[in-house]
Amino acid sequence: MSWFSDNGLLLGLATLDGLSYAAAIFMVAVGLNLIFGVLRVLNIAHGSFYAIGGYSAASLGLMFAARGLPAWAAFAALAIAAAIVGVLLGPPIARLLRRTQHQEPVLQLLVTFGLFMILEDLQKLIWGVQPIVFDRPLKLLGNVDVPFAGDLIPFTRYQLFVLPGIAIVTLVALAWTLRRTLFGRMLVAVTVDREAAISQGIDADRITMVTFTIGTALAALGGALSSATASLVPGVGAQTIVLSFAVVATAGLGQVEGAAITALLIGLGRSTAIYFAPELEVVIPYLIMVGVLLIRPQGLFGVIETRRI
Amino acid sequence: MMRAREILVAAVAAAAILLLTLAVPWLRFVFTIAIAKGITVLGILVLLRAGQVSFGHALYLSFGAYIVAFAAPFCPEALLLLPLAALGATLLGLVIGLFVSRYRDIFFGMLNLALSMVFYSTLEKFYSITHGTDGIRLARTTFLGMTLTPETQAWTALGLALLLAAVFAILVRIYLESPMGHGLSAIKTREARLEFMGISAQRVLLAAYVLSAFMAGCGGFIVAMATRQVTPSLAYWTASGELVFIAILGGTGSVLGPFLGAIAYELTRVYAAALFAEGWQMILGAVLLLVILFAPGGLWSILRRMARQRVGRDARP
Repeated sequence: MSWFSDNGLLLGLATLDGLSYAAAIFMVAVGLNLIFGVLRVLNIAHGSFYAIGGYSAASLGLMFAARGLPAWAAFAALAIAAAIVGVLLGPPIARLLRRTQHQEPVLQLLVTFGLFMILEDLQKLIWGVQPIVFDRPLKLLGNVDVPFAGDLIPFTRYQLFVLPGIAIVTLVALAWTLRRTLFGRMLVAVTVDREAAISQGIDADRITMVTFTIGTALAALGGALSSATASLVPGVGAQTIVLSFAVVATAGLGQVEGAAITALLIGLGRSTAIYFAPELEVVIPYLIMVGVLLIRPQGLFGVIETRRI
Repeated sequence: MMRAREILVAAVAAAAILLLTLAVPWLRFVFTIAIAKGITVLGILVLLRAGQVSFGHALYLSFGAYIVAFAAPFCPEALLLLPLAALGATLLGLVIGLFVSRYRDIFFGMLNLALSMVFYSTLEKFYSITHGTDGIRLARTTFLGMTLTPETQAWTALGLALLLAAVFAILVRIYLESPMGHGLSAIKTREARLEFMGISAQRVLLAAYVLSAFMAGCGGFIVAMATRQVTPSLAYWTASGELVFIAILGGTGSVLGPFLGAIAYELTRVYAAALFAEGWQMILGAVLLLVILFAPGGLWSILRRMARQRVGRDARP
C-alpha cells in the first residue's frame, strides 16, 4: 500500500499518457488492418502516412495561424490535412499495389518497402530534418486537474478528451459501417473471399481503392492528432510502423475492436515503462507481442483460418 | 552447364572486384560491405525458398558485429573472432529459431522484426555497456599474430569476405539441391504434403533459419572489421528491410544473385548519395519498384536472359 501512495501520482500520469498514446496508435493500426484485409499485404509505407499527416497538419495549422484565422481553425487544420493526405496518396498507391497483386507476397511486401523509402525522403525534402513543433491545439484547450487516488494530476484537456474521443468515435463509426452499411458489408465480403465477392457483383477494385484511402486518411489523422503532443522529427514514420505492426499482430489480423483493446494494452504498457523503467520503453510493445504470440499464435482476437488452396 | 557458367561468372566477378579495388581504392570499402551483406542475404534467399521473409535478420548481423567489438580487446586475433561471431549468431539463431519456426508468413516476418527491435533498443538504451547510439570502436586486431594497421585490416576484411562468399555460395548451392533444400520449396507450395510424408516442416525451416543466422554472423564479423565501429543502427528494422531488398534486387534464382544485388545496391547508394544527397533513399526505392514491376526475377534473371539471347544468336546458322 505504501508503494501505491508513493507512486500513485506517477501511475496516474502513466495511465493518462497511455490512454492518449493508445488513441494515436489505434488510428494507425486500424487503418493498417483494414488495408491488410482488402489487399492481403502489410503496408510498410503506412507509417509514412502517419508522419506525412503530422507534418501536413503542422504546416497547415501554422499557415492558418499566420493568416490570422480564429483559434478553432487549428483543429480544422488537423482534419483537413488528414483528408488531403488520404485523397492525394491513397488512390495512386492503391492502384500500384493492385498492379502487383498477382505477384508473390514477398514482392508485394517489398513494393510497400520501396514506397516507404520514397516517402521518407520526400518528407525530408519537403519539411527538412529540423524538429517541427505545432502545439496550438494543445495550448488552446488548456489543462484540467484529474483526481486520481487522492491526488490531483494536471493534464492537458486535448490529450484527455480530444485524442481518446476521436479514437472512440472512429472505432464506433468503423464498427457500425462494417456491420450495418452496404459498403461495410461489401468490404467484409472482399476481405473474406475476393473471388466470391466479385462473383456476387461487388466491384472489388473500387472497394479496395476506397478502403485504402480511408486507411491512409486514418493514419494521417493519427499523425495529425499526435503532432500537437510531440515534435515531428525524421524517422517518426519508421518508428510508428513497427509499433502498429506489433498492435496488429498482437490483436490478430482483421480485428477492429481487438486492435483498440491491444492498442490500449500496448499504450498503457509503454507509458508505464516510461515512468517506472525507462530503459524498457521501446521494448515493451514487442515483449507484449512476443508473449501473446507464444500463447496464442493467431493473436489475441484472431480466428484460425483454414488455408485455402 | 548452368553450374559451369555460375562458377565462371563468380570467378570473373571476384577477379574484377580485386582489380577494381586496386585501381580505385575507395571501392574497397564499398565492395567489402557489399560482400558482407551478400553473405547475409544468402541466408534470406534460403528462407525465401520456403516462402518466408524475415524482416529482422539485421539482428544476427549486428549480433555478430557486436560480439567482435566486445571480444576484440580480450582476443584480438581475427581468425578467432570470426568463429566466435559465427558461433554466437548461430546459438542466438537456434534459440530464436526454435520459437519463430512455428510461425509462417506475416507472423514469421513480424516476430523476427519484433525480436530485432528488442535487440536494437537494448543496444541503444544500455549506454553503460554498449555506449548507446555512439557505438563501440573496434580495438586493434591481429591476423595470424600480426597486428593489423587500418590499411591491412581493410585488405584482410576484403580477403576474408571473398573467401567466405565463395565457401557459402557453394555450400548454399549444395544445400538447396539436397533433400533438405527441396523440403524448403515444399514448405512454400504445400506444407501439409511434407508432413504427410513424415517430415517435420518446422525442423526443415529451423535448419534453414540457423544456417541463415550463422551466415549473418559471419557477415557481421566482416562489417565490424571493415567499418571498425559498430552502432545500433546495424540492427534497426530498416537495415533488415535492406537485406530483403537486396535479395529481390539480385534475384533469388541463383546463389550469385545476393552478391550481384548487394554490389548493385551499394554502388547505387554511393552514386545516388553523391548526385542527390538528400534523396538517395528515394532513388533506391524507385529502383526497387522498377525491378519488381518490370523484372521480378531480379538482376540475375536479366543477365540470364541476355546470355540466353546471345547463345541463341550464335547458334543460328
